[in-house]
Amino acid sequence: MIAVIRAPLAFLRLFYQSVHLALGQVWTNKTRSILTTIGIVIGVASVTAVIAAVTGLKTSVLNQVETLGIINTIVILPKLPDTEPLHPESLWAVRFLPEHFDGMLEHCPSVERFSRLSMVGPRLVQHGERSAETVSLLGIEPTYHQIFNRPVILGRTFSVVDDEQARYVCLIDTKLRDKLRLDRDCIGQSILIGYNRFRVAGVIEWRRPLDPAQAGPEYCEVFIPFRTAFKLEEPLIAAVAAGKSTEVVEEAQAEIRFFLRQTRNLRPTEPDTFQVESVKRYLETFDKIALIVTLVAGGIVGISLLVGGVGVMNIMLVSVSERTREIGLRKAVGAKKTAILTQFLVESLVLCFIGGIIGIGFGQLLALAIANIPKVELGTAYIPAWAVALSLGFTGCIGIFFGMFPAVKAARLDPIEALRHE
Amino acid sequence: MDKNNRLIIRLENVTRTYTVGVERIRALDGITLELRENEYVAVMGPSGSGKSTLMNVLGCLDRTTSGCYELDGQNTSQMSDAALARVRNERIGFVFQSFELLGRLSALKNVEIPLIYSRDGWWSRRKRAKHVLARVGLAGRIRHKPNQLSGGEKQRVAVARALVCNPSILLADEPTGNLDSKTSEGILELFDQLHEEGQTIVIVTHEEHVARHAKRIIRMMDGRICSDRPREQDSADQTTQNEIRGQLA
Repeated sequence: MIAVIRAPLAFLRLFYQSVHLALGQVWTNKTRSILTTIGIVIGVASVTAVIAAVTGLKTSVLNQVETLGIINTIVILPKLPDTEPLHPESLWAVRFLPEHFDGMLEHCPSVERFSRLSMVGPRLVQHGERSAETVSLLGIEPTYHQIFNRPVILGRTFSVVDDEQARYVCLIDTKLRDKLRLDRDCIGQSILIGYNRFRVAGVIEWRRPLDPAQAGPEYCEVFIPFRTAFKLEEPLIAAVAAGKSTEVVEEAQAEIRFFLRQTRNLRPTEPDTFQVESVKRYLETFDKIALIVTLVAGGIVGISLLVGGVGVMNIMLVSVSERTREIGLRKAVGAKKTAILTQFLVESLVLCFIGGIIGIGFGQLLALAIANIPKVELGTAYIPAWAVALSLGFTGCIGIFFGMFPAVKAARLDPIEALRHE
Repeated sequence: MDKNNRLIIRLENVTRTYTVGVERIRALDGITLELRENEYVAVMGPSGSGKSTLMNVLGCLDRTTSGCYELDGQNTSQMSDAALARVRNERIGFVFQSFELLGRLSALKNVEIPLIYSRDGWWSRRKRAKHVLARVGLAGRIRHKPNQLSGGEKQRVAVARALVCNPSILLADEPTGNLDSKTSEGILELFDQLHEEGQTIVIVTHEEHVARHAKRIIRMMDGRICSDRPREQDSADQTTQNEIRGQLA
């Protein structure tokens, strides 16, 4: 029984002793140790900062999608097949018409609801003396509010009559309302969109756009009935749909694709002239990009860590040759090979871990700096625990890998030779 | 020499040869030797006579090429490196000419070093180190670093370090080689005192006045023992002295 606990106890003792010695050694050679670890500090700091930035970006996108409740959303856009050259006229040739979507719900059992969209360019919006430039203008159907989880908070949604008669009514977001200095309850007031006067039928909560390129404090939106857009200019028609649940989003996509190929009379050999993308897919694509960025950054940083490791190895070799007599003495008074090996290996590990910990500290500072860059929405940039564990794990491996050669060299020293060393 | 004392070291026909280039050097050439408990032995001889090699073999730092070396009844020739390290730790105390103290550690910490590698001494290392430092007369200087100590004090710390594991034998290689004559005398008095307390001591030296402190003097020449006598007889035996002087000249 005693023998069973003796071996691990002896190892723990040796380990404790080695850590103690290593810390003493690092403390004795403070400047040298700090300079040695700089490579590792830089490596770890940059990898943790990159991971923090990517994580911040990811969580902010994910949070948005989650709080938006649009994970089931499917976007349908006209699209030229990849084989054809991109040309505005050919794109016009594959445009959707309003009737293309008739009967979609009956043919696509996995689709909960859909809304056609009529997209026209941004407009100048005015009310009295106040105006807002390049306001995004979108023709929608009432189901839009459920699909994008954006209810009308004041007033009413568009009615069937609004749509059929293409009335000049609109929904504005809260930001636009405040910008135009409309009353809080602005229902019934009129605004000028382009050259047309619209009556405000309702107010919608302002929301940050998903596309980061459009994201800005100036961004605001006006919604008009689907058919009203046709009165302003010939719109580009698209559609959004919601799957019945997250699980059936892919099925819903397939059904929509099948349905649209039928309504557009595409022969089996012909490619699709539209695309059916889900928000889920966007997220997956984003995940992939984030992973690639992390891996590429990790690879570059890995190289800098290797360079740092060579620095550590170099200094450990110096340390071994400086302390040859000490090694000789330790062996003479009974240190085994394993004890000397452990001592130097632990010393290299301690050096690397010190570098790693300082690096994580700097990485944390960098992450804080990134999170606080104004106008970049990365407020959630932080270093995840796995990144800390990974960095420390990797630095540990570097320490063992590059510390092994000097440590073996020390352990193999002949005590007689070592004690004669000048 | 009390023949009834326990046998500590037994060398039988031990040789140690080195190969330098193509030349084979017989550093030890058929040494047969017995040391008993509480003996105080000086090993003398000119440089190149093999006394350092004998010291290394006795201290289990070096292996014999042939022959048998028994320490405390155990044959060391067949032992593994790890087992030899343990023997060095538990049974042998080294005192070196240049002290070999670690400059960044206090006297106390220096004395603790062998206990760090000891199986049972680890837990009581502080207490034991303090005790043995008191024994060599340095109770008041345990916190001093080597550069704050005089040469004699440094060597006392080294002796304390050698004694801290209660070794069967204390091996001192030119322990006074780096000291002036007055401090040397102090260290030698310490050795005398340890001998009286029952410690077995082997001193390697080439200085006659150092060897005079020992009770038995072994003289070596070309890897062989050419004289092995109690001190009194050694001094009387002028022929051997003259023989050695003649060969030196």
